[in-house]
Amino acid sequence: MRAAIPALIAFVFLAAMPLLAEFWGGSYVTGLVMRAMILAIAALSLDLLIGTCGLVSFGHAAFLGIGAYTTGIAITEGTTDLATILGITIAISVLFALVTGAISLRTHGVTFIMITLAFGQMLFFTFSALSAYGGDDGLTLWEGAHAYGAFEFEHGLFYIILGMLITIWFLLGCLREARFGRVLLAAKENSTRMETLGYGVFGYRLTAYVIAGVIAALAGVLIANEAEFVSPALSAWQRSGDLIIIVVLGGMGRRSGPVLGALAFVGLEESLSSLTHDWRLIFGPLLIFIVLFAKGGLASLFERRQA
Amino acid sequence: MSSTLLLIQLLNGIQLGVLLFLIAAGLTLVFGVMGFINLAHGVQYMIGAYLTVWFYGMTGHFGAALVLALLAALALALFLEFAVFRHLYDRDHLDQVLATFGVILFLNQAVKVIWGPVPLVISPPEFLAGTFRLTENLNYSIWRIAIIVIGLAIAALLWFLVTKTRIGMLVRAGASNAEMVGALGVDIRRLFMIVFGFGAMLAGFAGSIAAPIYSVEPGMGDGLLITAFVVIVIGGIGSIRGTFIAALLVGLVDTLGRSTITDILKLFLEPSAANQIGPALASMAIYILMAAVLFFRPEGLFPAQGRRA
Amino acid sequence: MSAVLATHGLCKSFGALTVTDDVSLDLRAGECHALIGPNGAGKTTFVNQLSGLLTPDAGRIEFLGQDITTDSPAERANAGLARTFQITSIIPSMTLFENVALAAQARCGSSYRFFRPAHKDRQINALAEKALEQIALTSRNDIPAGTLSHGEKRALELAMAIAQKPKALLLDEPMAGIGSDESGQLTDTLLMLKRDYPLLLIEHDMDAVFKVADRVSVLVYGRIIASGTPTEIRANREARAAYLGDET
Repeated sequence: MRAAIPALIAFVFLAAMPLLAEFWGGSYVTGLVMRAMILAIAALSLDLLIGTCGLVSFGHAAFLGIGAYTTGIAITEGTTDLATILGITIAISVLFALVTGAISLRTHGVTFIMITLAFGQMLFFTFSALSAYGGDDGLTLWEGAHAYGAFEFEHGLFYIILGMLITIWFLLGCLREARFGRVLLAAKENSTRMETLGYGVFGYRLTAYVIAGVIAALAGVLIANEAEFVSPALSAWQRSGDLIIIVVLGGMGRRSGPVLGALAFVGLEESLSSLTHDWRLIFGPLLIFIVLFAKGGLASLFERRQA
Repeated sequence: MSSTLLLIQLLNGIQLGVLLFLIAAGLTLVFGVMGFINLAHGVQYMIGAYLTVWFYGMTGHFGAALVLALLAALALALFLEFAVFRHLYDRDHLDQVLATFGVILFLNQAVKVIWGPVPLVISPPEFLAGTFRLTENLNYSIWRIAIIVIGLAIAALLWFLVTKTRIGMLVRAGASNAEMVGALGVDIRRLFMIVFGFGAMLAGFAGSIAAPIYSVEPGMGDGLLITAFVVIVIGGIGSIRGTFIAALLVGLVDTLGRSTITDILKLFLEPSAANQIGPALASMAIYILMAAVLFFRPEGLFPAQGRRA
Repeated sequence: MSAVLATHGLCKSFGALTVTDDVSLDLRAGECHALIGPNGAGKTTFVNQLSGLLTPDAGRIEFLGQDITTDSPAERANAGLARTFQITSIIPSMTLFENVALAAQARCGSSYRFFRPAHKDRQINALAEKALEQIALTSRNDIPAGTLSHGEKRALELAMAIAQKPKALLLDEPMAGIGSDESGQLTDTLLMLKRDYPLLLIEHDMDAVFKVADRVSVLVYGRIIASGTPTEIRANREARAAYLGDET
């Protein structure tokens, strides 16, 4: 339970955000916070792979792209009903995850990293080649999706995103403690033993890969609605890298990690880029520093020190 | 498509394959010997290209620029090895990925700050500039032929080094069993540094000779790095022979795919549909190739002996 | 007595090295069949083929009358063939109890369950507790298994195997690395296990083997060179020369 406290505090803080923004920052700040929450959803799903399964996927942003492009193409073609869009998104992301997962999960370690990277890049180039939907330049959405009026309320989208974040955070927390999660965690340490105990590890991992993919694709749908713009850059490998950074920064395999990581990442990006246009000159070395010297991420700061 | 056009695409494919080999060879050796995954390897390629342009501007001589660029790229690589990478050899792959990703972010941005975001151009040395007649009405760039020749020569040299010399033997042994090599009393740190510096020089060299034909711009190494990953995964991690064959395969499939898939689709589909689907399919071709290879051989075509990736 | 587990002409080579050479062996209900042999005789390779971690080049494996030669390790485990490892194989960061519970969970219906916390599952916990009692490992349930003493880890392996509710047990050197004081206790445990499960025992500790086993087979360079009761093996010239270190 203790491990959940930082995330719960963050949720309370986030829920009050639209109100706070009235006094400071306005819609710029709520937009930023929405982006952070969407990244948190994507990072939660990636942590299911990295933290729970020990599978370092470097192509997770592909699913963001699937969700965003499904939304963008559907709306451009005149389908604006959110439920329909979500249905199509889930179907496509399940299919993509099953095919790429079945191939990548036959490998381990570095090969797995490279293959997921390659599949992500494959999707990136595919989106770039969609000349009817903006190609390299991306696609502007002149109309948002319709969700039975929910988006029309003031801050409707904000609270829908927050609601999804909390729901997914809660469900993934359950999953980790449930039978399914125990199998994944144990297989991360000793998959041979799990096989000889009677668990077909491949099937469990593939299922986790599909679940993670679907959640990230849902985050992609949210991005498209929030930004009203989709572009191939959403699924570029740098985005996948960002998601890994968020997971590690927050503390992988830790209950509150991805949520804290996403908030910190967006905050860091924002404050560094307000300092200098070339903020990556600072962020790059900072990242190296974090990897070399800071273990356990932000979430570990809240844990009781072990003797 | 006419046979001469096909010939040109074949040559372009081999030329891309040769460049990919120069990048992937270093990557696969470094991973094979040190178990170190270096995303910043693609940056070495970019640095090689930029330094060549820069020194060319100073000296006005391509050969001199190339030599100077190689030395500077080597110095940078050794510095990075000393300052960052050597602290990562014992870490897990996730740490290695993240830290080298940090190196990429920094160097891509640094290049942008120093040389600006606009692509730079450079012409090849005079005696290799221009074109020659391939057939009656088609000319082909001499420089591209030069790249192929140089690349094949380096591949042969590398093959000789790896199979016939003592250090090559250590590298091969290290690729299949690093602990054993350490147990033989070899100075592993020094072996690492040599392999690492050599790999970085190869990538830098690839950047140098690619500078006259591709646009020199920030991030130019990133895309090629990922293609190089595809190459070493197909070839089998740690294997020079596998990398060479896979590089040519990927170079050819990518180049021929881009130039023929749309035309082939037009045989079955409406031209407008083919124009839509063709480019998307062409950009997926090498990944489909990779998936197909891995489906049948998860260790790649020529896995280094005894290694389990 | 009928055979629970049987191999027919099992062969396995690594390159030019033949490690399992036409091995036909069976394990009958209610017995302990010990497989002994010098280091490098191919004992662990043989067990790995039985449990599915290695695929034999030729030959058949039958378990409870079914051909399981091509089954995956998980399928074999689910059919009731449990094993332990010579080099302790556990989940180090999970607690002792969680390790046993994982083994039990495989016997308590589907593990594709995503919501209810596994540690509150009565069915799993009851099975795990029963297994722990049988092995007499009831103390220190809540510490990471990686921090247990070597002897406790060996006992934990046995508890995990029992929690699988097996129909036969493959024990790969359960005494490996155990001191003489603990080995007596472990021998008693083996005797007790024998009452409930057919045991295929691979062991170096001859005292234990001759105390527990009903039949003994001697494996040398991948071949069974002798098979019989402990008394017969003790008297067998070839077996003594090859393994018991007796040159006379």
